[in-house]
Formats: sequence, structure tokens, C-alpha cells
Amino acid sequence: MNVRKSSIWERIYLGIMFLVMYLPIGVVIAFSFNESKLPVRFTGFSLVWYEKLFADHAMMEALLNSLILGVLSCLLSAVIGTLGAVGLSRTRWRSRGLMEYISILPLMIPEIILGMVLMAFFYMLRLPFGMLTLLIGHTIFCVPYILIEVKARLEGLDPFLEEAARDMGAGPLRTFRDVTLPLVMPAVLSGSLLAFAMSMDDVVISIFINGPRLSTLPIKVYTQIKTGVTPEINALCTIMLAATVLAFAAWYLCKKLTGGKEEDEQQVD
Amino acid sequence: MSNKLIELKDLTKNFDDQQVLRGINLDIYENEFLTLLGPSGCGKTTTLRIIAGFEEPSSGEVLFNGIEISKLPPYKREINTVFQKYALFPHLNVADNIAFGLNLKKVDKSVIAQKVERMLKMVGLEGFEKRDVTLLSGGQQQRVAIARALVNEPKVLLLDEPLGALDAKIRKQMQFELKKIQQEVGITFIYVTHDQEEALTMSDTVVVMNNGEIQQIGSPIDIYNEPENRFVANFIGESNIIEGVMVKDFLVEFDGFRFECVDKGFEEMEEIEVVLRPEDLDIVAPEDAKLTGVVQNTTFKGVHYEILVKTDLRIYKVQTTDYAEPGRKVGLSFEPEDVHVMYKMGAY
Repeated sequence: MNVRKSSIWERIYLGIMFLVMYLPIGVVIAFSFNESKLPVRFTGFSLVWYEKLFADHAMMEALLNSLILGVLSCLLSAVIGTLGAVGLSRTRWRSRGLMEYISILPLMIPEIILGMVLMAFFYMLRLPFGMLTLLIGHTIFCVPYILIEVKARLEGLDPFLEEAARDMGAGPLRTFRDVTLPLVMPAVLSGSLLAFAMSMDDVVISIFINGPRLSTLPIKVYTQIKTGVTPEINALCTIMLAATVLAFAAWYLCKKLTGGKEEDEQQVD
Repeated sequence: MSNKLIELKDLTKNFDDQQVLRGINLDIYENEFLTLLGPSGCGKTTTLRIIAGFEEPSSGEVLFNGIEISKLPPYKREINTVFQKYALFPHLNVADNIAFGLNLKKVDKSVIAQKVERMLKMVGLEGFEKRDVTLLSGGQQQRVAIARALVNEPKVLLLDEPLGALDAKIRKQMQFELKKIQQEVGITFIYVTHDQEEALTMSDTVVVMNNGEIQQIGSPIDIYNEPENRFVANFIGESNIIEGVMVKDFLVEFDGFRFECVDKGFEEMEEIEVVLRPEDLDIVAPEDAKLTGVVQNTTFKGVHYEILVKTDLRIYKVQTTDYAEPGRKVGLSFEPEDVHVMYKMGAY
């Protein structure tokens, strides 16, 4: 590759872009530690808003709901997404490309439409709005993340590995359990982390299908902001940001670890 | 020879509208080292995969000990495979890879450990139990793959170009070791390769295939010395192939002369093709020669010179340790047993 020293203008441009992207986030984080209630002047460092946040029962309940929802939808979509990817990789149908496209369509459909559609559908089914409807909705948009990751991993696998297992005496189930699943597990994990992050911060779809008394954390934030931004919300945003960054870091690590392994395999070849 | 173990009867295989096997008939015996040899796309790998159970034949039968098995899934066959690119399980270490089949059969842990150790010793990888298979060299991975297949004590071991990914030196060594292992465990090996030297070195029986059909079945010596047709002669070693006629038993005519030969059983004046191996031709003085020509080109090949001699009708390739400078008028000589007469092939 052609390595060239970047010019001053390139650096200024890059600086401005990052500033625009991350300044608002930085400001929110900074003011979450502000002593004063008014987000105008920084009067001193304090954790008072965090204390208030953790003392807020409604907020804590919303957090718990979000966590339960995130974990459950993640588990459910991990199973569905993995089986889907394995199934898709085995089909030799002419419609396979179309099937794959349909499988990841929930990513492309605008959230507001998906939310509306789900609401209308659940209403028609007379399904009570609450955790169950949220779980179904979140699973729908979480599955594609896992499907895409696992499918990519499967395509990189040596197709003879499964044949070797069958040759050694393993039936279809044992082959899946002892060979295929362990090999795609890193992809299942990284896909799940991504899906979890998506579930944790979804407002648009959730707002259509949550129950009257059930609130998730993002919905809580959204409704609170309607009555004005409090420093408490700043603190909450900071915590959620930290969680998201952590999840992303874990996902990145997952990818990197498995990516490194693939390189080794190629070297040996 | 000993008992028939596998019989292939009139096997055909179509992929979509392409016919890759056109009626394969083959008997494979116990303790035999049999090689399917042919260019890529000749159907040798498909034949192997049908024996392993990864493909079903479109028609025909596969008999194992007299029982039809072509519908039996691979995990129910007493046959194991060594794959071209080894196909070792990257998430398992060396010992767990080898123990994979035994673990499935719920063999006792201590027995497994013993067998794994014995296998590793046989393939020359003692003490490698805990190694990561992805960090082994190609040759070592191949040894693990062989151990993993043999530990199941199959009746037949299938090997699909197992040395293809190795460099020349290790390949030579592995050829020798594979043959040794086969004699040691005393089971049938069915080996697929496109490398004629590999086939001739290791096999008891060579099956030359082309275009989904068997061209010739025979011992390496037969295949080399008595090729049945132009394809086999061309594929195995280098050849001068000349069209001619069989005047009568032991007398053949080509290039306008009649020569003694050792072949018989053709019809009188039947059109045939003759193979003269380059190493069987000698350069002699023109007056002692059977054919005469002019040296066109001489190339040093290490052990021998490769000399192209242009006669009136064609160019003969000669391999000899004697030097002859280009432009010199020389004679070619050969013995009656060097003339190999083959049936003439249809156009292909």
C-alpha cells in the first residue's frame, strides 16, 4: 500500500467530523457529573444524579424489563438464527438467494412500519400487549443479526469437516452438535451481542407493542424527555452508552479472535 | 488373490445433465492397494465418494462383502476416508481428533487413550496428543488424518489425493510411509490420484480412468509396459505413439518398415497403434539402425539427455545418457520387446 503523510487539511477535516459526531455525546457525559441541575454551566463534579437514578424505582423496573427482554430475545433469536443459517447453507434450491434476502429483510424494513404492522397484527390476534409481544417483536429484528454472522462463518468453513464427521460414524445430529455448532459458536456469540445491543436501545418498535403498564428503559427515557431533560437522564444515557460500548467491544473481540484463527488455518494450507 | 471385498457393478452418475460416470465395473480385493488414476474430471473422485457413501450412484450397484450398500449412509459403513485437505476438526486437539470416532462408539476412555497413542506412534507423531491441529505442518496434519481414519479399524481406507497439498520431498516420503502402513495394518486402500508416478510407486493395482470410463486395470508394470490404448500410453510416462498395421502375429508395420515384435492375437492387417517409450530407443550409427533421422534438439535433463530425432515421417523422442549434437544424422534402434502394440482407439 502507498503510505503517505496526511496533509494538515485532511487532519482538520477528520477532526471536525469526529467533533460533530462525538461532541454531543461528550457533553451529555460531562453534564451527567455536574452538580447543578441546569445544563448550562459546570459547577462541580458530583455523582448525585446517579444516586437519584438508582433510587428511582420506575427507572430500575424499566431497566430490569429491558434486561429480561434483551436476554430472552437474544437467546431465542440465537437459536432461530443459527438453525436458519445452517438450513440455508444446506439448501440447493434455486430460490436460495431469495430466501436469504427475505430472512434479513427485517433489517431493511423501516422500524416504524415494522412496529405498526406488529401492533396491528397482535391486535388482530387478540394478544395482550406486554412482555410476550415485546419478545416476539424484538426476536423478529434480532434474528437477522445472528443469521448474517453465522452464515458468513459457515461459508468460511471447510465443507469436508461435516463429511469427515459422518465418515467417522457421526449421524446428522451428532455431526451438528460435535462439529458444526462448536465451529460456528464464535459467530453465534458475536451475533448475539449485536442483537442484544439492538434490543437494549430499541424505542420505535417497542413503543407500538409494549403494554400499558410495561416500560423498557429506552421508552422510559423517551417519555421522560417529553417533560424536559433532567441531569438524571444524562446519567442514564451515560450508563447506557457505557453498556453499548462494552457490548460492542466484546463483539469486536469475538470477531477478532475468530478472524485470527482463520488466518492461521490459511497459513497452514 | 484373496477375497473380493467391494464390487462396483455398472455404476453411473449424473450431475444435472452431465454424465460423470459411464458404467464402472470394478472388483476390489482384501488387502489390495488399488489406485484410481486419471486426469481431473475423469470420475475418480466421484467413484471414491460413492464407495464412501457421500454420493449415491444414479444407477448400478455397490456390493460390500456381497451386500448392496449404495443407499447406506457413510456413518454406517466400515469404510473411512482421508480427505484431500485433511479436514481435521480445528476446535479439537490432535488426540481428540483421532478419538472422534471412538468417542462416538462410546469406547472406554483408557482404551481410547491407548489406541490414540498406538496410532500416533504408527504415523510417527508420538507425544503430539495435546497439540493444536491448526498449527501443525501439512505433512503432520496428513498423518493425523490418517491416524484418525485408521483408529476406527475400517475394512477399507479411502484416500482422496491425500498428498496433493504437500511439497515434492515430503510427498515422496509419505508415499513410502503410506505403503508401509498399508502393509502393516493389512487392509484395503483405495487411493485416488492424478499423479502417475505416485500410482506406479505404491499400488498393487492401477485403474486408469478417463471421461467416466475405465481405460485399463492392471499391475503398475502391466499398465506401463502394455498400455491398452493411446490414452493410457500417453497418460502413463512419455510415449512415441505411431499408427501402423499388424501384418501377422509377431510382425508389425509402421513408418514404411516391418518390425519384429512380441505381440500376437490381433487380426491380420488390423490397424493398430504402437508405443515406443523414449527410454527404450537407442541412438546408433545410421548403418546399424532400424530408422534414421536428424537430431533436431538435445536437452540435458539431469540423469539423461532428451533428444528429438526427426525422421522422414515424424519426430521421435529419445531419452538416453549419450550425447548427440543437433544436426547430426543418426539412427534409431530398439528391440522387439520394446514395441508395444495397442488396439486403435476411436476418435475422442
